[in-house]
Amino acid sequence: MRIKITGGRLIDPFNELDKVQDLYIEDGKILARGQAPEDFVADEEINAKNQIVCPGLVDLRARLREPGFTHKGTVASETRAAVRGGITSLCCPPDTNPVIDTPAVVELIHQLAEKSGMAKVYPLGALTQGLEGHQLSEMNELQIAGCVGVSNDTAAVSTDVMRRAMEYATSLGLTVYLHAKDHGLSNGGYVHEGVVSVRLGLPGIPETAETIAVARDLQLIELTDIDAHFCQLSTASAVKMIARSQYDGAPVTADVTAHHLFLTELDIGYFNTQCHVQPPLRTERDRDALREALVNGTISAICSDHQPHDIDAKLAPFTSSEPGISALETLLPLTLRLVEEDVLSLSDALARITVLPANILGIDAGTIHVGAIADICIFDPESYWELNHDTITSFGKNTPFLGWDLKGRVTNTISNGRIVFQMEPGVIKNKALQVYEEVTP
Amino acid sequence: MIQKNIQLDSQGRLRHLLTIEGLKRQMLMDIFDTAESLISVAGQSVKKVPILRGKTIVNLFFEDSTRTLTTFELAAKRLSADVLKINVRTSSNSKGENLLDMLRNLEAMHCDMFVVRHAESGAAHLIASHVAPHISVVNAGDGRHAHPTQALLDMFTIRRHKGEFAPLTVAIVGDIMHSRVARSQIHALTTLGVSELRVVAPKTLIPPKVDSLGVHVYHDMEEGIEDADVVIVLRLQKERMLGAMLPSEHEYFNCYGLTSEKLKAAKPDAIVMHPGPINRNVEIDSEVADGPQSVILEQVTNGIAVRMAVMSMVLGRPTMGNPTTGVDD
Repeated sequence: MRIKITGGRLIDPFNELDKVQDLYIEDGKILARGQAPEDFVADEEINAKNQIVCPGLVDLRARLREPGFTHKGTVASETRAAVRGGITSLCCPPDTNPVIDTPAVVELIHQLAEKSGMAKVYPLGALTQGLEGHQLSEMNELQIAGCVGVSNDTAAVSTDVMRRAMEYATSLGLTVYLHAKDHGLSNGGYVHEGVVSVRLGLPGIPETAETIAVARDLQLIELTDIDAHFCQLSTASAVKMIARSQYDGAPVTADVTAHHLFLTELDIGYFNTQCHVQPPLRTERDRDALREALVNGTISAICSDHQPHDIDAKLAPFTSSEPGISALETLLPLTLRLVEEDVLSLSDALARITVLPANILGIDAGTIHVGAIADICIFDPESYWELNHDTITSFGKNTPFLGWDLKGRVTNTISNGRIVFQMEPGVIKNKALQVYEEVTP
Repeated sequence: MIQKNIQLDSQGRLRHLLTIEGLKRQMLMDIFDTAESLISVAGQSVKKVPILRGKTIVNLFFEDSTRTLTTFELAAKRLSADVLKINVRTSSNSKGENLLDMLRNLEAMHCDMFVVRHAESGAAHLIASHVAPHISVVNAGDGRHAHPTQALLDMFTIRRHKGEFAPLTVAIVGDIMHSRVARSQIHALTTLGVSELRVVAPKTLIPPKVDSLGVHVYHDMEEGIEDADVVIVLRLQKERMLGAMLPSEHEYFNCYGLTSEKLKAAKPDAIVMHPGPINRNVEIDSEVADGPQSVILEQVTNGIAVRMAVMSMVLGRPTMGNPTTGVDD
């Protein structure tokens, strides 16, 4: 398949590229930029005038719910939602049922993803068998099967087991993905311990539930000399500790969810279960510190932390509702909102959802130089759209951003040189009201 | 994001009673005045008024309660409403029926009000935001969040003894952390504008950031109740010993139990209150509980009048449900 993308503004943060250029794709690879190669005849031409052409997005954490929770989503439904959000590569955590602690589960997910042919899926293997925190998983087997790293997700691991697991993982060259959560301190908590927990009488999770775990894990990282990645930081203090250890030369990276950059505990209002997330939404001060860390590089990636749910999961009293947001399709527009709010430049913002997360995962993605795999996201940066049940493709409609007017709409997604999602412009009245209709590629 | 106060209807009248937070001072005063006018009903030979005749009130209790359930039932009956009690633990809820599905079924039976008690914070808000427009919800206690009718009856009791709220110093002693009663009392007392509001407990029973609600925190009992006009003692749950919150009941009584000796620090005419049921010699000495300054039993009596007032105001809003015409808006 040969594709020509004409007239788009190419932005490739890794190669510091930002100019209007045509792009040529052949056999799943980027063939050329600018001048057409000789004899190039496109099978498909995409008019990207007034649109931005960037690397396909890379999401560090998205649950696909399969195997085990197919009433909330499937590999097929969620990878389809991913490409609609411009995401061409995503990493799924091991908290499926059964847990990703055997090669069989990895193979199953790979097969389902391949069959669906949408976003590429990179699973994380379980750090301990069944995520139970006792016995190490067969990490080498998982690595051979295709796991890009290991994690115990949000399940507890005692300090001694964590040390051994880190030592073993580093022997295999595997990155350990850490969720900083002290299980004693966060036990029974649902929201940030602060002004909202006291007002609503909801059991709180103190800031120290995160900082104590970060402190422990940073000490263990130093002891075991591993590459580690901290997932979904939520507090200013934890960010400060990680910045300090990076300054001292520790090989640690960190990410933050898009929703922690926009929401605070106050958004819970009167028990809005759509704001029930783990780690909890914190204070405005924390949110500002997370943004600042994103600017100065302490946090290098923004992830969706996608968790699709069935409707009943959120129709319950707060403490019985399930945590998480259906977030694949808001990753790009929320990241673009940071540009709108002058937090990051457009290129720096896109880097945090393309090349930087790709580097953390150690996968070949996130750039569009000649010869690279042709994973491309094309979006109209000026188009506004409302997030509602009809515009969400994911099985999960659970999001606190429902009703928000979002700016920036994905019009085309290309994965391995194949168009996997496409919208065509409808009748143009004025730019802000540009209407797009989905077409079957 | 600004959320609409779902407790009020389009004309600013009370549609649901879920929490004291967000209610105006004048609305609380109206409830007290209505309660005052209804208090005489208990003294009549026929203990009934026809205010809610033809209305159906469902007491939906997901958590055990004796006093609250009984007083709500009595209040509804004295207003001539039909009352149905559903103890959800023994009903279909244990068969896995979804909470909201059950509500739909009850709605289909044309009820006018749900009085809800639930172990989880926010349950009453959840129900209120999903019921049909003609149904009202009264929160009879949700988790640690709120118990507004309890707070209202406490305020009503204070008003009957002290008259004005402005000059008062009020101390709430005990397990603030887990207490929905304390949270509602705090909102009520700050709305009514007392001059000083204190909470007194060991740090393990004081929720962090409680000062954001407008209270002063004391860890020493005698300092905390010094010169207080009202001392409210909260019930101590036995489970608190298990969660490393307290070492023993004995030690708690020594430090925070209200004895007549400690009560001397308060004003000589201070009243002593307790939402009940009391643990004698754990949070309060029998001598104080049964003593001249105690108004504990009066609180129970006032509870019926206050609940009558709330039900009649919520269901008796003129345009929506004139009890004589039965016409809804």
